[in-house]
Amino acid sequence: MSEPPLIQLQDVVKTLGVNRVLDGVNLSIHRGEITAIIGKSGSGKSVLLKHIIGLLEPDGGAILFDGRRRSSLNPQEKKALRQKFSYVFQDTALFDFLTVLENVALPLTERKDAVRTEIQRRVRDKLNQLDLHDVDHKYPSQLSGGMKKRVALARALVTEPEIVLFDEPTTGLDPIRKNAVHSMISDYQRRFGFTGVVVSHEIPDIFFIAQRVAMIDAGRIRFEGAPDEIQRASDREVRNFIEGLESPRDEMTGIASQAIGQQQLRQEMSRLQRHRVPFSVALMSMDQREAVDRIAGHVASQTVFKLFADHVIQNSYLTDTCFRYAINKIMVVLPDTDEEQGRNFCRKISRTLRQRALFDALDAEREACYSVSAGVVQARPDSGLEDLIAAAEKGQTILYESRK
Amino acid sequence: MPGLVTLKTPVAALGREVLVFIRDLGRVFLFFARGFLLIFQPPFQFDKIRQQIFFIGMKSVFVICLTAAFTGMVLGLQGYYALVKYGSTAALGSAVALSLVREMGPVLTAIMVIARAGSAMAAEIGIMRISEQIDALKTMDINPLRYLISPRIAAALVCFPLLTAIFDVVGLFGGYLSGSALLGVNPAFYFSRAQSSVETSDIIGGFIKAIVFAVVMVTICCYQGYYTHTRAEFGAKGVSISTTSAVVISCVLVLVTDYVLTTFLL
Repeated sequence: MSEPPLIQLQDVVKTLGVNRVLDGVNLSIHRGEITAIIGKSGSGKSVLLKHIIGLLEPDGGAILFDGRRRSSLNPQEKKALRQKFSYVFQDTALFDFLTVLENVALPLTERKDAVRTEIQRRVRDKLNQLDLHDVDHKYPSQLSGGMKKRVALARALVTEPEIVLFDEPTTGLDPIRKNAVHSMISDYQRRFGFTGVVVSHEIPDIFFIAQRVAMIDAGRIRFEGAPDEIQRASDREVRNFIEGLESPRDEMTGIASQAIGQQQLRQEMSRLQRHRVPFSVALMSMDQREAVDRIAGHVASQTVFKLFADHVIQNSYLTDTCFRYAINKIMVVLPDTDEEQGRNFCRKISRTLRQRALFDALDAEREACYSVSAGVVQARPDSGLEDLIAAAEKGQTILYESRK
Repeated sequence: MPGLVTLKTPVAALGREVLVFIRDLGRVFLFFARGFLLIFQPPFQFDKIRQQIFFIGMKSVFVICLTAAFTGMVLGLQGYYALVKYGSTAALGSAVALSLVREMGPVLTAIMVIARAGSAMAAEIGIMRISEQIDALKTMDINPLRYLISPRIAAALVCFPLLTAIFDVVGLFGGYLSGSALLGVNPAFYFSRAQSSVETSDIIGGFIKAIVFAVVMVTICCYQGYYTHTRAEFGAKGVSISTTSAVVISCVLVLVTDYVLTTFLL
C-alpha cells in the first residue's frame, strides 16, 4: 500500500474571464517527491500552482491536503498549512521597497520564530549558496533578471518549508545557474525530504530531478507518470511537445542529450546482436557533490561538473558518444571497445584529472571532499540495456579523489 | 409582453447598480474595519507606523505650511475688505480664526495630504498588487492587510489632527501678515479677537473632522490600490486609473462628509 497523496486535486475547474483555464484537473502530489508540471505556455500551469497554495479558489472540484479539504480546516490548521508552503513566483514578486537582505529575511522576521543573529546567518547562508555576493543592500530594481530569480529562490527556501511550489524557477538563467538551481532543488529534497512542484520548460533537464511528471494540456492533465515513462510515451501530443523542446545537446556541458545517448545505445546493441561488434559503456559520476554544494555553492559544483565533462570529451574518440545520464552522471558509449580498452579509457581520464589538477583551485581553498568514479562494462548480446546500465552502476571504481 | 420587458430593463439596471454600490460600500467598510482592528494585534508594528508617519506627516509639513500661509493671507485680505465696509475690521481675527479652525484647516489639510500622500499610497499598493507582491505576502503567511494597510491607517489617524493644527496656526499668522502687517489692522485686536472667539468646541470639531477625513483618505486610497487587479484595465493602466480615482473619490468624499459633519457639529 502506498501512502495517500499529500496533495490531491480532484476535477478542479477554474474559469478566468471567459477562458476555462482548468477543465477538470486530476493530479496527485506525493510526499517527498518532486513533481514537474510541463505544458505549453498558457496551458494553465501557473493557475494550477496558485490553486495549490490557495491564492486562487477553484470554481468546481476540490483540493485535498492529506485527504482533507482546505475549507474543512479550522483557522489554526489553515495557518499551520500555510506555513508549510513556499512559493517561487515566475516574475519573482520581490518587494521593491526592501533590500535583498530584507526581502530574504522577511518571512523569518515576520514569523518571529528566530532571533536576529540567527536570521542574519540563515539569510547569508542562503544568499551564498545561490552565488549572491555583495548584493545585500541593493534593491531588486538594481539587480539583473537572473539575480532577482535567485533572490526569489533564496526567499522561498529560507524558511525551510515542507512544500515548495516553483513557477519556472530557471527561466532566464544561464546554463550553469540553471543546473545549479536544479541541483539545489534536488539536494534540498534529499536533505530535508521536501515536496516540490516545479512548473518548468527545461526539458529534459527537469527529468533528472523530478520523480513524477505531469503534462497539462487544454486545462487537463494529459499525462502523468515517471520521467522515463513520459519519455517513452506513445501519445502523439506528448511526444511532439517533448521532442519540440528537447535539444540534441546538453545545454551546460555541450555533450549529447539523453535522448541521443539512448538512441546510440540501442543502435550499438543492435549492431552487437546482428554483427557481433563489441561495445562498452562507461558510467562516470561525480560523488558527494552535495559537500561541494554546501561548502562552495551550487554554482561552483556545476562549474566543476562542466570541467569534468570537458575532460571526458577531450579524452574520448570522435566515434564515442558522451551523454548526460543523470544530474551528476555522464555515460560514454564506446563502440568497438572491449572491457579492458574501456578501463584504459577510464585510466586515461583519471591520469589527466590528476595531471591537470583540475580541481586544485577549489581543493586548496576549501575542504571540499568529493570524488569521481567510473564503472565500465562490456555489453553482452543476451543482456538488456537496463542490465548493462545496472552493472555499470554497480562496478564503480574511484578515478579521482579530492585531497582532504 | 415585450412592452413590459423594455419598461423593466432600466429599472432592473438601476437596481443592479444600486446593489453593486451597496456591496462596494460594505466592502470598503470591512476593508477599513479589518485594517483598523489589525493595528491592535500584537506584535505591534511600531517601526512601520513610524515610517508611515514620517511619509504622511513629516513630508507633508512643508506643503501644509505653504498652503496654510497663503490661505490665511487670502482670508485676511477678503475678510478685511468685507469688514471694512461695516467699519468692523477689528473682527478680522475672529473671522480668520473661526473659518480656519472650523473649515479651512481640516478640509484643505485633507485635500493636500490626499494629493501628496494618498495618491502615492494608491500607486504604491497598486503596483504591489499587479507585480504579485501582495500575493507573495500571502504565500509567506503574512496578512497583507496587517502588513500594508494597518500601519497606514494608524499613521493617518495620528498625522491628520497634527497637520490640521499646524495648518490652523500657520494660517492664523498668514491672516495676520495680510490683515495687520499689510492692511493695518491692530495686531492686538487681531489676536485677542481670534483667541476670544474660538472655543474649545470649535477646536474639537475641527479635530473630529480631521480624524474622519483621515479615515476617508486612507481607506479610499488604500482600497483603490489594493483592488487594482479587479479593474477592467490591467497593469500600469490599472494603477493609473486606481490612483486617479483614489484622489478624486477621496477629495469629493472629504467635501461631502465635511458638509454632513458641519450640520451635526454646529
